[in-house]
Amino acid sequence: MIWQLDFWLMVVLVIFAIAALEVRDLLAAVGILTGYSFLMALLFAELGAPDVALTEAALGAGLTGVFLLVALFFFDRTSED
Amino acid sequence: MSLRFDSGLPEGLAGSAHRGMSRTYHSLFVDVVTKAMVPMIQVFAFYVIFHGHYSPGGGFQGGVMLAASIMLLRLAMGQEESFRRFPPDWGMLLAAGGTLLFAVLGVLPMVFGGNFLDYEYIPFLGAEAATRRYWGILLAEVFIGFLVWGALVAIYDALSGGGE
Amino acid sequence: MRIISISLLLLLGGVLAYASGDLPSRGDPQAPASVHVSPHYIENSLVEMETPNMVTAVLADYRAFDTFGEAVVVFTAALSCLLILIRRRREEEGDEGREGRA
Repeated sequence: MIWQLDFWLMVVLVIFAIAALEVRDLLAAVGILTGYSFLMALLFAELGAPDVALTEAALGAGLTGVFLLVALFFFDRTSED
Repeated sequence: MSLRFDSGLPEGLAGSAHRGMSRTYHSLFVDVVTKAMVPMIQVFAFYVIFHGHYSPGGGFQGGVMLAASIMLLRLAMGQEESFRRFPPDWGMLLAAGGTLLFAVLGVLPMVFGGNFLDYEYIPFLGAEAATRRYWGILLAEVFIGFLVWGALVAIYDALSGGGE
Repeated sequence: MRIISISLLLLLGGVLAYASGDLPSRGDPQAPASVHVSPHYIENSLVEMETPNMVTAVLADYRAFDTFGEAVVVFTAALSCLLILIRRRREEEGDEGREGRA
């Protein structure tokens, strides 16, 4: 319940989201998205929802990264736009 | 390390590009760390499942962690070794078995006169109503954990071309 | 095109931020969502099922039907993913032989 922590976590979250959209290297985008999920888990934990934070840390920061990485094996690494 | 993802299947993340050159170097550390980490991840996942009554966590989170440990095996050891430890058929088997057992757990109270998933009516789970509901919750969490474990590993195997 | 999408996004974000001012504050005991069945769950979950963690009690017992639906959704997702991907791979093998290319 510390509003400064909430605020700065939100700011860094938005920066991570924009960076994941804007970066050209898709492997870097997967890494940034994993960091985004981890920050999201931190934010959930700070908001007092440890169950959701655990799910987000395991699923968003762990498995989604692996799935996207495996999908990346079959494509080119650089994005078109 | 140059990662060029144009080869077919993920035969270990590190060794996919220059397999003959860098295999021994990478396989030493990656194998040792994987063999040390996977049992710990699985023990922690079972702790999360079975301790869901008292701490954050539950079947879904523990199942995701179990699936993550299997994916670590898949990524680090390549397909032959990891298929020997966790065959690709087991994913769908665990998922289907978990769903089926959860459905049976839901239908069982209806046999004894209660509502769907009302664990209070299952007579052999305990003496008091609260105890029966306690064990019903635990069984449901375990089944959900197995379901999520199997489903995520099955999705991974289908995605990476393993489970034919 | 980029200007249009960015301005549309900013407009949407502004509307959402404006609307979030009417939401009840976090943890408010008088919020409409927490006056209906939440007091019953909070007061009775330990007595009724010996479970100190209320989240687990709600997920696996009070709202077990939701959890069952969620489990079936996860299972269906795995099944459909498996069926679609394996069928596509079989078609590719019929065309040009995937193993030779890899």
